[in-house]
Amino acid sequence: MRIIVCVKQVPDTTEVRLDPVKGTLIREGVPSIMNPDDKAGLEAALRLKDSSGAEVTVITMGPPQAADVLREALAMGADDAVLITDRAFGGADTWATSCTLAAACGRLGYDIIFTGRQAIDGDTAQVGPEMAEHLNIPNVSYAAAIENCGDHLLVKREFEDRYHEVKVNTPCLITALAELNTPRYMTPGGIFDAYREKEITTWTRADLPVEDENIGLKGSPTKVVKSFPKTVKAAGMKIERGVDESVQFIMDKLKEKYIL
Amino acid sequence: MNMVKESHGVFVFAQQVDKTITNVSYELIGKAKEIAGELGTEVSAVLVGSGIKQLAQSLVEYGADRVIVIDDEELETYTVEPYTQAVAAAVRKYNPEILLMGATAIGRDLAPRVAARLHTGLTADCTALDVDKEKQELLMTRPAFGGNLMATIECPDYRPQMATVRPGVMVKRLRDKEAQGEIVLFDAGLKKNHCCVEVQNVVKHIAHKIDIQDAKILVSGGRGVGGKENFKYLYDLAEAVGGTVSGSRAAVDSGWLEKDEQVGQTGKTVRPGLYFAVGISGAIQHVAGMEDSDYIIAINKDGMAPIFNVADVGIVGDFKKILPELTKAVLAEKNSQKQ
Repeated sequence: MRIIVCVKQVPDTTEVRLDPVKGTLIREGVPSIMNPDDKAGLEAALRLKDSSGAEVTVITMGPPQAADVLREALAMGADDAVLITDRAFGGADTWATSCTLAAACGRLGYDIIFTGRQAIDGDTAQVGPEMAEHLNIPNVSYAAAIENCGDHLLVKREFEDRYHEVKVNTPCLITALAELNTPRYMTPGGIFDAYREKEITTWTRADLPVEDENIGLKGSPTKVVKSFPKTVKAAGMKIERGVDESVQFIMDKLKEKYIL
Repeated sequence: MNMVKESHGVFVFAQQVDKTITNVSYELIGKAKEIAGELGTEVSAVLVGSGIKQLAQSLVEYGADRVIVIDDEELETYTVEPYTQAVAAAVRKYNPEILLMGATAIGRDLAPRVAARLHTGLTADCTALDVDKEKQELLMTRPAFGGNLMATIECPDYRPQMATVRPGVMVKRLRDKEAQGEIVLFDAGLKKNHCCVEVQNVVKHIAHKIDIQDAKILVSGGRGVGGKENFKYLYDLAEAVGGTVSGSRAAVDSGWLEKDEQVGQTGKTVRPGLYFAVGISGAIQHVAGMEDSDYIIAINKDGMAPIFNVADVGIVGDFKKILPELTKAVLAEKNSQKQ
């Protein structure tokens, strides 16, 4: 069984702070991490490898330093890694990204593709289903559990108020929720192999069968018109007094606002 | 590519589950009506499912000029492929300029598949939609970087312009029982596809009293609540004021609350009349989901907590002491009003 896991290197958005004066993002010193949902997809792939001997290839599209997350994936136990990097791919929206990644998957061959449900920097949840559409294979999104049943997978597909147990044949694409599993740590031997033994394959524009009108900024149907910091609402009143006064203060406000 | 110039009309995917229209669909019709007004066009709701024709009239009563009903046994339980076929067929037939869906667990799966099939752009989880009247284009605004930044996005060369919109952000219109609209039964020519994906079981989570998005008052707890047992102070206050308990991601991750009670970027967007933030520091991801509440009261030990920047009333203090007294005071006030 061949499994491809798509991962993305993202800034740890929980560490991003706003400059209170300029209202801009402070990106310096923000660590880059493997996107959490993607890491759960990788762990799911590695568990299938542990139980039934799959070959796991991890791919990412990004600048050269995105190789860091591939090294991490190799150290966790992935067999191969492909970095897709070219200026021609830059500025891609989800359509262009999914076209590029789908082309890479087509070249690699697969039984199962894992992506994370969404990345924490973009939060779109679109690249996985769009890739499946380009590849003309079924997708199951929001996977919270996966069982390998030989010729098919049984996936617990989460919704707001319920879940579906979905039987899906391979080849297919699954988007993983972070709660799918707890990803393993890198092992010392794995880290050694990832940096000394294993190699990362690099593919550029010339290595992929994609049309220019479907990649990068030019191939992106959506365009960013502007970006701006969130308007901050003026702060209200803050008091630090005893319990009785605090309660009285809240009660006065609730009555003033006709809530009580 | 669909011809930009020939496309017209605003489409809303009217999501239904178990033959009940999901609230966000009505909210989107409300917004679509405004957009259509500016563009001088009409609103169509696309209602997809099995045995759902009778739901069409309610979409008209909330503002749809036309309802396109795709009723087929294949569409009984949601799976992405037949729903994609249905929506894509309606788009190909009618060529709308805009297609909106709720950013739900269905919409966020269906919309990208539809967008990829139609080769058009899609903007996820929008919190504002406007029209550039000069260019006759939809301006889609969404949070990025975990809610740290807002981006406005357009889709100039492809149609329909597609967006998913977070539930609870747009406002539905008042229901007009007298409203008249056209109801069209549309045969989407679905192909059977049982071989690839099959839903074998549907398991509902235990139903909660009230969806936190529908609550008028929320009493919300975060990491500072300190433990599941301490939530009793929040439940008591919620009962006294007639509210519902919700929480931050920290409270959900700690196992104190259920996932569907989570407010924030990765949870639900809420805008109740009154929001109590108890022991919530106010991370940007949380604030993104509650800052549009009409009135926010924050109680936190840490006077420097960022939640105080968005609160209308900030109380620096120990909620374990304040909440029981507040609950008593609320009950006393309500009793005196009765007399």
